[in-house]
Amino acid sequence: MVDRKKVTYRQALNEALHEEMAFDENVFILGQDIAGGAQNKAPDEFDAWGGPFGVTKGLVGKYGKSRVRDTPITEGAIVGCAAGAAASGMRPIVELMFIDFLGFCLDQIMNQASPMRYMFGGKAKVPMVMRTMIGGGFQAAAQHSHSCHSLLVHLPGLKLVTPSTPYDAKGLLKSAIRDDDLVIFVEHKGLYDTKGPVPEEEYLLPLGKGEIVREGTDITIVAFSKMVLIAYEASVKLEQDDISVEVIDPRSMSPLDEELILNSVRKTGHLIVVDEDNPRCSIATDVVALASSKAFDSLNAAPKMLTPPHTPVPFSPELEKFYLPNADKLVELVKETVPAHA
Amino acid sequence: MDKMTEVTTEPQKETTTFADIDHAMGLRMYENMRRVRDFDEAVHELNAAGELPGFVHVYVGEEGIASGVMTAINDDDYITSTHRGHGHCVAKGVEMDGMMAELYGRVTGICKGKGGSMHIADFSKGMLGANGIVAGSTPIAVGAALSAQMRNSGQVAVCFFGDGATNEGIFHESLNLASIWDLPCIFVCENNGYAQTTATSYAMNVKDLAVRAKSYNIPGVIVDGQDIIAVHRATKKAAERAREGKGPSLLECKTTRFYGHFEGDNLKYRDPNEAIEARKRDPLVLFADNVAPAIGVTTDEMKVIDEKVADVIKKAIEFGRSSPFPSPEDCLNDVYVNY
Ligand SMILES: Cc1ncc(C[n+]2csc(CCOP(=O)(O)OP(=O)(O)O)c2C)c(N)n1
Ligand SMILES: [Mg+2]
Repeated sequence: MVDRKKVTYRQALNEALHEEMAFDENVFILGQDIAGGAQNKAPDEFDAWGGPFGVTKGLVGKYGKSRVRDTPITEGAIVGCAAGAAASGMRPIVELMFIDFLGFCLDQIMNQASPMRYMFGGKAKVPMVMRTMIGGGFQAAAQHSHSCHSLLVHLPGLKLVTPSTPYDAKGLLKSAIRDDDLVIFVEHKGLYDTKGPVPEEEYLLPLGKGEIVREGTDITIVAFSKMVLIAYEASVKLEQDDISVEVIDPRSMSPLDEELILNSVRKTGHLIVVDEDNPRCSIATDVVALASSKAFDSLNAAPKMLTPPHTPVPFSPELEKFYLPNADKLVELVKETVPAHA
Repeated sequence: MDKMTEVTTEPQKETTTFADIDHAMGLRMYENMRRVRDFDEAVHELNAAGELPGFVHVYVGEEGIASGVMTAINDDDYITSTHRGHGHCVAKGVEMDGMMAELYGRVTGICKGKGGSMHIADFSKGMLGANGIVAGSTPIAVGAALSAQMRNSGQVAVCFFGDGATNEGIFHESLNLASIWDLPCIFVCENNGYAQTTATSYAMNVKDLAVRAKSYNIPGVIVDGQDIIAVHRATKKAAERAREGKGPSLLECKTTRFYGHFEGDNLKYRDPNEAIEARKRDPLVLFADNVAPAIGVTTDEMKVIDEKVADVIKKAIEFGRSSPFPSPEDCLNDVYVNY
């Protein structure tokens, strides 16, 4: 029995997939090695991998090879195929193993799936989900560590969610699958083993609605995906310095819960945005622009960002430590931003 | 017809005559394979001991291909590689000290610790980089071949890739481009029967990848990848053709990886007998048993090579282990030439 207070992010995602495949027979999954071996001639184990991180484990046994499809290495074709199936009555979930492989399927996202409804005068519907994975911290180097979600947030016609907890992962994935638009579902490889409470009962979480992770009065930290954990850790450390931090997890980058962010900034008068994507033309600059243009009068200091530097992701652990945001860097930046308490 | 469009469907096997392989070449082949094998056997152990950061894919079992190709081309020819790239690097002559230090993430690494296992490159050796993106290097090799053609340099570019890579659209685009421009490019497919867990027999509806050459009107050759002589000969032929301006070739080298896809793979998708069977056709053993006696390479000579290589690898590991890490700010340099 799983302790419902300690469900992993991986398990929460797996439960969401199980539930939605049972709920709607038009839901099916396609991706590379998502079963992993089930299609081989004489496999030792039916789904040896269940995806590279085990998220889709057990699905093929229950729902069969027709609805849990291993594919060749052909990202452009499977993402486009999902779009075509979605536009003609199915509800596909396609897995892009690492967001780093986006290049091979970007056309199908930016020119096919995302503008389809608009181009065709509101006649088409593309109810598909693309699950993918971001994140550094594994010494996977420049081609397996990207967090280039901002590239996609840039595009109209798609939604993009970035769950940071097992609870959010399950509720948002279920909603994403039921949503009638293209939803990019961004997981972080550093979160799969994190644990948290996930209720037994079914629940859904709305896309585009954020959450106050921790209430505070001195500064607002808006953080996404794994960076929410860092922001929380920093907020605890900053208690010792008598700085009260409000941590906001917007949970979706598109749509963005602007009101939640603006209300918090209006209350605290300070803002730092933490994200793992590159610093230029990013979700971090987007949130800073939002606050600067819509809550300028409330700001007591320039809004700041904590992101990696504008470089590719390095391999060496020493370099990657320098590259990635962490709680200590955030604590420093907060202290520079908020005036010392008297 | 000015182009050779034949697809050779009979695997090219070792023959009993080795008139084209002299004693010196035999020693070179054996040493090359021994270096490739022992480097990755060492990596396999170091990784299991938790010494190496990151994702690691070893080449053990496939040495006949890298070594067969590299002994048939020139030092200044280009190669591009894959995520399973250590073997290509070693075979092309990249120094093991720098490679090992790179795997350890040290500043003395061949890419200063920036790239790691999947991104080893040595441009001074014509090694244009391992690659973490499946099929990502196919057009890079085409570009190197175009560069050689435009500079009239007589160089060829060899593109290594797996069976899985041939299902990416960019594979088709690259071969077509190389074909219409008659580029001096050799596409070497390492068909090891799997792409991660997915069997090649599931991922494509042709038994032999070499037949794909037909759609580009270029030669497609099936080669026994465990047989260094067969690979060497097929490469020689393809390189001659390329240098004569007759365009690219596709070699499909049938092989098996002895270990998992990556270090840590549970391998539950593959019948364990496959690896046991494959080890019976170990390219080094096949060479020692069938080729060496015929060309006068002695057991003693091979033993000397074994000892020499073991020594080089031991030193490389020491070098990697004892080298310093980069300083954190090194993260910021090498992004641009000028910014
Ligand atoms: C574009 C892209 N898609 C998926 C992956 C994940 N991946 C890494 S290696 C691999 C299998 C490659 O198989 P193959 O080309 O046959 O080479 P092998 O590993 O068998 O040597 C996959 C799917 C990737 N690195 N790049
Ligand atoms: Mg393969």
